[in-house]
Amino acid sequence: MKKNWWKILSFVLLIYTVVAGFLIKVPPLPIIHESIRNLYFHVCMWFAMMILFIISFVYSILYLNTSRYVNDIYARQFAAVGAFLGILGYSTGAIWANYTWLTDQNQSLGSVLKEPKLLGAAIALLIYGAYFVLRGSFTDIDKRARVSAVYNIFAFVMLFPSIWIIPRMVGSLHPGAPGSDSGNPALNAQKDLDATMRMVFYPAVIGWTLLGVWIATLKIRIQLLQDKTLLNE
Amino acid sequence: MNKIVRRLMFIICFVCSSSLLFAQQSTTDDLMRSNGKIYVVVAVCLTILIGLFIYVFLVDRKISKIEKDN
Repeated sequence: MKKNWWKILSFVLLIYTVVAGFLIKVPPLPIIHESIRNLYFHVCMWFAMMILFIISFVYSILYLNTSRYVNDIYARQFAAVGAFLGILGYSTGAIWANYTWLTDQNQSLGSVLKEPKLLGAAIALLIYGAYFVLRGSFTDIDKRARVSAVYNIFAFVMLFPSIWIIPRMVGSLHPGAPGSDSGNPALNAQKDLDATMRMVFYPAVIGWTLLGVWIATLKIRIQLLQDKTLLNE
Repeated sequence: MNKIVRRLMFIICFVCSSSLLFAQQSTTDDLMRSNGKIYVVVAVCLTILIGLFIYVFLVDRKISKIEKDN
């Protein structure tokens, strides 16, 4: 039980996130109003995704250093859970955008979704999608592990231009872009995120990340059991 | 078969416990019906979250058991 404290912490933090996230006062904001509470959920998905991808990236480098098959399993499963959280972040963002960005008449969601931030996020997720396709195309385990480790490093590096740099260079409705009037970085301390929201937001990020790590460790343990004979050789 | 029954029982217990919890509060008629009924949303999300955590916990325990057997 002692080494499982972080699972309990994740549970406590997420319960806190839901209770405080819905009930605590939020600053009055134009257009988005109460939907700023999505910050505790939508934004946390991306934060958790980013952290899981960093972990996956580190394990890929470790694999290339050590050639230990365990590291390949770790890299793959962390990337899988990270990509899943990314899909959740993308779809929650689409819902949020549907009710906040669509303010004019005769505007379709499709026209609004042609956004640099959304396109960048979609590209980044597709690059990670290709990682799993690439893995599936190998029959040789060592070759699969090595090539996909190299590709994972490439996919991780591609995250930076596609979701961090390009969306901030061109105009976008998404916070963080020059046109969105909220400055750079994405979370403007004065306008978007006041002190009370921070009190919920940071615990929420930690909670969601820990939940993602927990699910990833479950997948890793299943994979380790399945490949037991392989690992003992 | 036994496993399925146990699982069903668990789900039924979970649903019943949550509905019982809220049935008690509807008599007092203040918290759950106040403030634009935002507490209802909190209750729904908490139910989902707690259910999700119980599920993950059970999977975790099952994997631990298999690991021990091996």
